[in-house]
Amino acid sequence: MLTQPSHDVVVIGAGVVGAACAYYAARAGLRVAVVDRGPVAGGTTGAGEGNLLVSDKEPGPELDLALLSTGLWRDLAEELGAAVEYEPKGGLVVASAPAGLDALRGFAARQRAVGVQAEEIPADGLPALEPHLAPGLAGGVRYPQDAQVQPALAAAHLLRASGADRHLGETVRALRTTAAGAVCGVVTDRRELAAAAVVNAAGTWGGEIAALAGVHLPVMPRRGFVLVTEPLPRIVRHKVYAADYVADVASGSAALQTSAVVEGTPAGPVLIGASRERVGFDRTLSVEVLQRLAAQAAALFPVLRGVAVQRAYRGFRPYLPDHLPAVGADPRVPGLYHACGHEGAGIGLAPATGLLVAQQLTGDPTALDPAPFRADRFKVVGPAGTEPPVTDRGEA
Amino acid sequence: MPISPSDPTAPHRDPAAVPYDLAVVGAGPAGLAAAVTAAELGLRCALLDAAERPGGQYYRHPAPGLGAARPDRLHHHWPAFTALLARLDTQVRAGRVDHLAGHHVWTAEPGEPWRLHAVVGPAGTGSAVVEARNVLLATGAYERQLPFPGWTLPGVVTAGGAQAMLKAGLVLPGRRIVVAGSGPLLLAAAASLAAAGARVPAVVEAGDYLGYARTPAALGALAANPGKLAEGARHAALLLRHRVRLRPRAAVVEVHGEDRVTAVTVARLDSAWRPVPGTGRRIACDALAVGHGLLPQIELATELGAPTRTAPDGAVALAVDERLRTGLPGLWAAGETCGVGGADLALVEGEIAAREIAGRPVPTALRSARRRRRAFADLLAAAHRPGPGWTDWLTPGTDVCRCEEVPVSRIREAVEELGAGDARTVKLLTRAGMGWCQGRMCGPAVACLSGGGPARPDSRPLACPVPLSHLAEAAPRPSDGRS
Repeated sequence: MLTQPSHDVVVIGAGVVGAACAYYAARAGLRVAVVDRGPVAGGTTGAGEGNLLVSDKEPGPELDLALLSTGLWRDLAEELGAAVEYEPKGGLVVASAPAGLDALRGFAARQRAVGVQAEEIPADGLPALEPHLAPGLAGGVRYPQDAQVQPALAAAHLLRASGADRHLGETVRALRTTAAGAVCGVVTDRRELAAAAVVNAAGTWGGEIAALAGVHLPVMPRRGFVLVTEPLPRIVRHKVYAADYVADVASGSAALQTSAVVEGTPAGPVLIGASRERVGFDRTLSVEVLQRLAAQAAALFPVLRGVAVQRAYRGFRPYLPDHLPAVGADPRVPGLYHACGHEGAGIGLAPATGLLVAQQLTGDPTALDPAPFRADRFKVVGPAGTEPPVTDRGEA
Repeated sequence: MPISPSDPTAPHRDPAAVPYDLAVVGAGPAGLAAAVTAAELGLRCALLDAAERPGGQYYRHPAPGLGAARPDRLHHHWPAFTALLARLDTQVRAGRVDHLAGHHVWTAEPGEPWRLHAVVGPAGTGSAVVEARNVLLATGAYERQLPFPGWTLPGVVTAGGAQAMLKAGLVLPGRRIVVAGSGPLLLAAAASLAAAGARVPAVVEAGDYLGYARTPAALGALAANPGKLAEGARHAALLLRHRVRLRPRAAVVEVHGEDRVTAVTVARLDSAWRPVPGTGRRIACDALAVGHGLLPQIELATELGAPTRTAPDGAVALAVDERLRTGLPGLWAAGETCGVGGADLALVEGEIAAREIAGRPVPTALRSARRRRRAFADLLAAAHRPGPGWTDWLTPGTDVCRCEEVPVSRIREAVEELGAGDARTVKLLTRAGMGWCQGRMCGPAVACLSGGGPARPDSRPLACPVPLSHLAEAAPRPSDGRS
């Protein structure tokens, strides 16, 4: 190609992860374009709760990424101000029985060893933190690093702050490659964008972009529902969930799991999430899921029994079989980078993901070892249903 | 069992009872006609309606306690309604129709049988699950609103709301009432208000009435619906008698007043509904009744993925075949849900749907009546489709979403600076449409300001708010082994 590329990098995807990639790449001095077939935050980002959680992650690569992100979100919140509704309100994980509390205590001790702040709260200390919690709980652990943003606003403001050229409402039809097989740009339904690097931040559709480059990346949708109550005064102060959430989240099963995470929002409504099940892209409302979430929320906060559920929404998490995202250069295709497959933790993990990708793009040393996130870690599977073995990972 | 009451006020049913043959959602003209026809053909029916008394929005009538001596004076179609009520009464007594009043269906689960989940009672304290082999959606329509500066002032009411106040409560929203917006409802509302003693200084219609009769096809549709012409003539005569001025191709572009309406500014519109500069004229009044036609209320079906069509008035309606089947097995639709067309059409469609569901032949006359009335409805709809230029009468500070107090400027910022390209994203970034009415009031305006291409059904997974305790109590126990 004779023409000078107009950009150094094209990011595919205008969700929070793509916006963070654009933001850190632009900050590193690169010329960035962002392409999305829909608007900003049109996929999983727009259906998320905005959880920035370390509390639900066991020690390992994802927790490392989450801890790095925690600090980056604090910096971003200073820059973007109140616009993204950042709230460092902390998480509170509660156990209903002594056995559950013992397990939670052990989990927290292992997290503490790698830098998570976790403070055990005895049963009689819970009312001071959450006055409306159900009586009779065995105790809990407070995680001050857990925080929240409004995810669509976060993506939109990160993207605006990046100054990247936006091509929204344009579908990527193909990736351009050099004779040597390196990716060198994208073809949309309206234009061609040449660049030395392309970042796949297409979320739940990340596997399709990988396929355009001729490589395998088994991203699958994992459906979730969130209940939204009528606006209420601040009756829930933290992100509150039961200790069994962690086990539920980490399951690789396709079957339905629910474990309510309850939290208030600056606008007033209480959010109750989230279920997880692998049912493809089926958008149909599941009454059973709503009922289970409501029952679990009411068990944690009996006061919620008296409020109205005003709406519900659903989304599809980009799920990879080992619950870790694909982040960084693809060893199989020069010029192709991935930033997708964050399942339900994408809002929280976005800044660290964007930073790692930007550091790889510029050849700087990376803040973390990106090896666990390599996109070529999945075997190409034969017949449907023979997924690689599942290891348990957390999720926000 | 068809009903599983969770409170003592819900109707009691034999637990061994089988699902209903048909559950009709909505007891307006379409739903009433369908329920009585189906029952007369031998089907066991449930007729669910959010209101306590049958009739829907159209056959709204004074509460018995008000002692209205002549409710028929508010209605030219009163005899048709009383006849339907008498047939309903017969079927209820015969045990073929259970009239489940005060049942607001919040979701429908497809299957054999279908399961309708309802919130019950005026305070929403009860709940019920109704099972039926077929479901007919006759949920009617709600008013389309377009914002303008000052539309949140006390004294501004919806045109349908003004009529409802009059029909149900025998009260007027003011003494000197300007009626504005677009659509056939305006003439009916103005006629009712004037007949009830209000002074109506002007009916301000954004569309062009003469537009109806400009094409041969339109003339044909008019000629085929003489009843509609007579109805229009009746309204016109009444308005003339009360010295009501009709101002076509004009709109209220501003409302004046401190604590409540004292005047409105009316401006002429060009063919794209853009206000023509320099044509503004003030009209003193103490109330404004405004509406821009009706929108089908179809979220129960669209949440399930039922196919839709865009009607000539720009509204999203359910797509049905000639038998009134939606795209989902066992789900049928009649009346306004298939595209707004008025009570006469709704009655015909309700009857056709009931006959189809019962597997009985549909008389040719009924089919041709439907085709004729649909053609007329499409003609009217096209004449009242809002032009894209209406957004010119907005100011940056005009509230678009009243529930969440989101002004025009924030929506424009979301679109122009933050990358929102459709109504859903505007909602996520501004909260427009997230309030109590769930976008029923601001939905069309937000969609228009978002520039998000062709109309799409609003997403409303819960058709009405549901007490959390209902959901929690109905949750399967862990011992159900369903996890």
